[in-house]
Amino acid sequence: MSNQITVPFGPQHPVLPEPIHLDLVLEDERVVDVIPSIGYVHRGLEKLVEKREYPEYIYVAERICGICSYVHSNTYAECIEHIMKIEVPERAQYLRTIWSEYSRMHSHLLWLGLFADGMGFENLFMNAWKLREHILDDLEATTGGRVIQGVCKVGGVRKDITPEKLDEMVKGLKGMEPALRDLTSVFFNDASVSHRLKGVGVLQKGDAYTLGAVGPTARGSGIGIDLRQTGYAAYGKINFKPVVEQSGDCYGRCAVRAKELFTSIDIIGQCVKKIPEGPVEVKVVGAPDGEYFARAEQPRGEVVHYIKGNGKRNLVRHRVRTPTFTNIPPLVTLLKGCELADVPMIVLSIDPCVGCAER
Amino acid sequence: MSYFEMTKTVIKSLFSRPATLMYPAKPAKITPLTRGHVTIDPAKCITCRSCQRKCPTQAILVEVKEKTWQIDQMRCVVCDCCVEVCPTKCLTMDTQYPVALTARGGVTKVTVAGPKKKEPVAPTDGAAKPAEKKE
Repeated sequence: MSNQITVPFGPQHPVLPEPIHLDLVLEDERVVDVIPSIGYVHRGLEKLVEKREYPEYIYVAERICGICSYVHSNTYAECIEHIMKIEVPERAQYLRTIWSEYSRMHSHLLWLGLFADGMGFENLFMNAWKLREHILDDLEATTGGRVIQGVCKVGGVRKDITPEKLDEMVKGLKGMEPALRDLTSVFFNDASVSHRLKGVGVLQKGDAYTLGAVGPTARGSGIGIDLRQTGYAAYGKINFKPVVEQSGDCYGRCAVRAKELFTSIDIIGQCVKKIPEGPVEVKVVGAPDGEYFARAEQPRGEVVHYIKGNGKRNLVRHRVRTPTFTNIPPLVTLLKGCELADVPMIVLSIDPCVGCAER
Repeated sequence: MSYFEMTKTVIKSLFSRPATLMYPAKPAKITPLTRGHVTIDPAKCITCRSCQRKCPTQAILVEVKEKTWQIDQMRCVVCDCCVEVCPTKCLTMDTQYPVALTARGGVTKVTVAGPKKKEPVAPTDGAAKPAEKKE
């Protein structure tokens, strides 16, 4: 038996967009153990809830993540609305669904680009980000922000979209679809991509379940959990099926995200068809008294927001469980037994968002 | 499985215009809703401090006595709360992004008009005398 050596991976590493540190215990080129450590970008956002009033705190809650920001604000708002028993207008629910799906598309395209970059496919990376720019343009035109939308508020949404703009958005997405098909077909069919991803980092269905994998990491291993099926916002009125892949390797997780782009386009199309006329917000008076936890499907998986209020303008407790935090135990299992050269791809395949995980 | 899956896109990209803008030479894309930075019209501000109270990051500081309004660009998250709450509409959201800071700072302090004084009522002998007595 050869000697074991420990190789530090991160917090600064070319493939990592955010700082996570992994101590890789190696025997020759094979990883036998992994010790993850986080804590490089902790900001203490949850403590801030005691100092800010709950309607304004939503802008802080949104900044937990720089990519899935919209879903954070949406989940926080739903939490407060549930405690205060606020009926959100239906149009606002549909608009929230549309923006959620836009933010999912922009996150997945970002990830597909970074994933291609991780395996050294620069051309594919540039192409994915070129397409993402169209999504960001639509987000900016409708909300005013490219990645931090700031459009969700307790009791509804702050901006309405005109019917003309909605039609234009759907047309834009339909126009984008051939380009997206070209992009995803490279991920599905290209020999170099398949060679790099197939059979690498296999997460068995049982492991994914017991270790609490969420989102595309779980769906790539054959577990059909998708929180959108619980019907929050307007998802209850939309027909869609969660994308599930059975292989459980990096290729499967990549395929889930690539196919979800088209599910998102379909959901946005259905929303635009069904969206009713009416107000987009209701007036909110008083303060939340009670506790609740809301769950939602982020691009990376399930996010849980827990809120406790005592009838004052400042909340008592806010706790967030983000998908990356939940996906770290499956990541450790994935890395055990892999080759050192595969570590970057496996780490990227769970879509790590460390800013989210540490808050 | 194929070896030239990307070729179609590559050829298309070769014969089409660049997707990027030569930024400083050409202006960045902006929309009417774009949140760039907060601007103030000092003549309209009544130092009511609503913006300071609503600011989620405590970037705004209003000194009522000194009649100043101050914003810290490093703290401001451009959430549009202050603009929404301003009763006199003296705050507006500019669509241009602020220039990147190269050093610590970014605090802008403006002297504002302050609350509007009521027009002094022309003093009459009868009204002026009781006031003097109180003092």
